[in-house]
Amino acid sequence: MSHIGRPLCAHCGAPSTTRFCCTGCEGAHALVQGLGLDAFYRRREGAEGQLKPLDPPRADFASLASAGKGGAQTLELMVAGLTCGACIWLVEQALAAEPDVLHARANLSTRRLTVTWKGEAARGNELAALIARLGFRVAPFSPACLRASEDAEGRELTRALGIASFGAMNVMLVSVAVWAGSDMGPDTRHLMHWLAALIGLPTIAYAGMPLFRSAWRGLRAGRVNMDCAVSLGILATTLMSLSETIRNGDFTWFDSATALLALMLAGRVLDRAARRRARQSAAELLALQEGAVTVLGEAHHGPLAVPLERVAVGACILVASGERLRLDAVLEEDAALLDISATTGESLPRSFIRGEALVAGGVNMGAPFVARVTAAAADGSLAAMGRMLEQAEQARGRFTSLADRAARIYVPVAHVVALCTFLGWWLLAGLPWQAALVPAVATLIITCPCGLAIAVPAVQVVASGALFRRGVLLSSPTGLERLASADHVVLDKTGTLTEGRPRLLPGGWTEADLRLAASLAAASRHPLARALARACPDVSPAAGVVEVPGAGLVAGETRLGSAAFLGLPEDAGMSLYLARPGAAPAAFRFEDSLRADAAAAIQAFRRAGLGVELLSGDAPDVVARIAAEAGITLFTARATPEAKAARIVALTAQGRRVLMVGDGINDAAALAAAHVSAAPAEGTDLAQAASDFVLMGGGLLPLAEAVERARRAQGAARQNIAFALTYNLIAVPVAVAGFATPLIAALVMATSSLAVIGNALRVGR
Amino acid sequence: MESLIWLIPLALFLGCVGLWAFIWAMRSGQYDDLDGAAARILFDDDLKKGD
Repeated sequence: MSHIGRPLCAHCGAPSTTRFCCTGCEGAHALVQGLGLDAFYRRREGAEGQLKPLDPPRADFASLASAGKGGAQTLELMVAGLTCGACIWLVEQALAAEPDVLHARANLSTRRLTVTWKGEAARGNELAALIARLGFRVAPFSPACLRASEDAEGRELTRALGIASFGAMNVMLVSVAVWAGSDMGPDTRHLMHWLAALIGLPTIAYAGMPLFRSAWRGLRAGRVNMDCAVSLGILATTLMSLSETIRNGDFTWFDSATALLALMLAGRVLDRAARRRARQSAAELLALQEGAVTVLGEAHHGPLAVPLERVAVGACILVASGERLRLDAVLEEDAALLDISATTGESLPRSFIRGEALVAGGVNMGAPFVARVTAAAADGSLAAMGRMLEQAEQARGRFTSLADRAARIYVPVAHVVALCTFLGWWLLAGLPWQAALVPAVATLIITCPCGLAIAVPAVQVVASGALFRRGVLLSSPTGLERLASADHVVLDKTGTLTEGRPRLLPGGWTEADLRLAASLAAASRHPLARALARACPDVSPAAGVVEVPGAGLVAGETRLGSAAFLGLPEDAGMSLYLARPGAAPAAFRFEDSLRADAAAAIQAFRRAGLGVELLSGDAPDVVARIAAEAGITLFTARATPEAKAARIVALTAQGRRVLMVGDGINDAAALAAAHVSAAPAEGTDLAQAASDFVLMGGGLLPLAEAVERARRAQGAARQNIAFALTYNLIAVPVAVAGFATPLIAALVMATSSLAVIGNALRVGR
Repeated sequence: MESLIWLIPLALFLGCVGLWAFIWAMRSGQYDDLDGAAARILFDDDLKKGD
């Protein structure tokens, strides 16, 4: 092990002073050993600190199980934290050890677990809980996960690639015989031509479809894209080769057409695979956030876990401590405390009284409360925001990528040159039209933007893979290009620049106070209690702790809770008090503090030449303090969601290209309006949906580095395009003059593509 | 040149076998989890049923 000298938890691998970092890990370790699966610890790689068993999953899995034949039930789960082969082994073996489980199979790429058992559907909850006890987080395999991993178009591309490669290789076999066989008789050559046509024609007809369709879509939209040029080149080559086959000319060009097709498809398959991986990771994050809503039945009995979209207007829902309210509702309780930073940006939780409207997106900071739903999920404020974002997305869809801009200039030029070649040989040099077609099509093949078409995707694949490894997920195809051109960054405060959760501040308490308070706090799910427990993780929970909902915790004579609970004067801000007999109450104050790498990230943005601005919905004094800490001079407080979006639009009107970073529902409009946007992985799903990048691992520094990398990638893409153009400048006169043979065309194509791919690989380093 | 009569169909046949194998592998979901498949080969333990 590489961690000698640094004690690590025996289960999850997180730094810990004792053998286990928490009781959850101790239980998980015992479970793994009890199953006789401790080989897991020797086999796994790199899941440091990720396997900490958390709260049991909240969703009701039993209702999601589907019944098969013979009383078998099947459940599809998304398991987060599957990082290596040992993880899937552990999960599968642990499930298989259950007597009633028939089959369990985990997919490491999609994090999808399919488990089949014989018996009651209710067993699903126990099986999901078993995986959760091992330290993996489970969620229902949501439709979003399914969309991200079920990729019909990707499969079609892979199949087309397989067929194109098969065709290209077999046609090449025949073509090499023709190139090398100078002593070949005309009849044998004719046979060879027909053989090449026999393999080449069906290959092109089938495997070319993805490209042809994309070209057709582009043409119908009135746009000339790269696929258009490639399709035309391939089709012209095929027709000319067919004509040469029929009249038994010297060469056919089926090999060029099929090889070109295979290369194009390979680039596309790789590009898609890279993006799919990012999409899956994003869907995985969202699936963990989702979960059922607890609905109280008639006459407040029997709480029921109901999927969000099935909750009707007028239903009474129970919102647990620390749970996010996901529907618009009115409060049915006397009082409730909600963290509404996601909707307004305020860092302090706000109190609500009975009958007050609660907007979806707030997190319950107090006791569990009951609320009556006022709008179903599809009509609520979150859905309205989602629809607005879709419109903004469409507006952004008009962005033209570098490759398409190049194609728009390049394609007409190449086609005009080819046409002139044909007309020149036919009318001026007096060749028969079939013979004049040969140099014209050779020009098309040589100019066929093979290097050009692969120039940008190759860079994209390499760069997005490198970003992925650093925790920056690229979810939009043109996001990288837009990031490279950003010149101004606008940051949200709560949850973006700061951690978005309370952290204990140093104060007038002693270490003994903290340990005592943390031992009580370990029993509660209240956010402040959790912050206390986090500050002192190695304390074992005290026995006999009773929680007074919304007020505090009691263990014998010792009490921990709000100022009101202990009969102390109220104060602003977030604080907890500890009272015990014979000692003055100790106050613990909390604050939403700056992310550890925030200041470094701001500096990195500045070094990259970006202006930095803070835009927050919070109170001016808090915003000013955080801005000063982070080193930001330009800031705006009390910005409403509309004001945020308006600021972005104003900056855009000034000619700035804004990179917006935000996590809340209140940022979503601004995120969608910005030139390019990013959201932290812990942010709301709306913010992530509106963003081009999702930041995993809770840091801003990777994003600042991503700007640098995106610029390098853009530079490499430009070099590639320039290189492909230069290549053409040399090769085109050869083709126009009629000297190009299929052999020369194949060589030109292969070398220019290899050079371009080699250049792209530099970006990954 | 007579050998071509045999060699070309043979080459095409072998090529088609390869293509069929590829399509079969794709249909049966063998490309669905490339990361997992790479790891699975190292785990030779039989599944144990707890009792």
